[in-house]
Amino acid sequence: MSISLTSQTFDPWQSLAEYQAQQLAGKYGATAVFIGTMRDFNQGDGVVGMTLEYYPGMTEKQLASIVEQANQQWALLDTLLIHRIGDVVPDDSLVLVAAWSAHRGDAFDACRFIMEALKKQAPFWKKERLASGEERWVESNSNGYQTS
Amino acid sequence: MSIKVRYFASLKERVGHADAELLLPEPLSASQIWQRLNPDLAMPEGVLVAVNMEYAGLDTLVNDNDELAFFPPVTGG
Repeated sequence: MSISLTSQTFDPWQSLAEYQAQQLAGKYGATAVFIGTMRDFNQGDGVVGMTLEYYPGMTEKQLASIVEQANQQWALLDTLLIHRIGDVVPDDSLVLVAAWSAHRGDAFDACRFIMEALKKQAPFWKKERLASGEERWVESNSNGYQTS
Repeated sequence: MSIKVRYFASLKERVGHADAELLLPEPLSASQIWQRLNPDLAMPEGVLVAVNMEYAGLDTLVNDNDELAFFPPVTGG
């Protein structure tokens, strides 16, 4: 299990490949992956950048607790979670969640659970910089189970 | 008793600072502490509370050396 916060740009596919090769080669049958990427628009406005604030100590604690709950609920071989903090720009990867298991059901469901719990509970806050020069806080996360 | 209070994100901007220290003769609830520290600012709807980095309720009693945090709904991911 690995959980990390980074203020540096990261390539989620490279992180995934490296972690898998080091920790898991030959052991897993299923991998489920979610990657969140920064968009250049939100609520009808162009967005040129964003700052991700977090609560040092509590954020890590909450993420560890969410992954622990997933491990109790599903038969997971391993999990990898990386979340950006600080200043980001459109097209940057913001979050990577990967879950490995023997069979697909556990990996799929655990990956979704971790992502939805992170969205609800992990103390991160986004402040957007708009193309107009204005700055604004994102007020809430959308419901991940709605299709629109 | 001494309590450390922290504010994050938009709430930090509304309150005007990130941290506060409070000395109290007896434990108070999180909402009582908000009122004491911010008498002119009603707590915005949806504010979340944590005590010692665990989620807590507005009526949770805060004790000596606790860290109390107030923050808006989270928007990570």
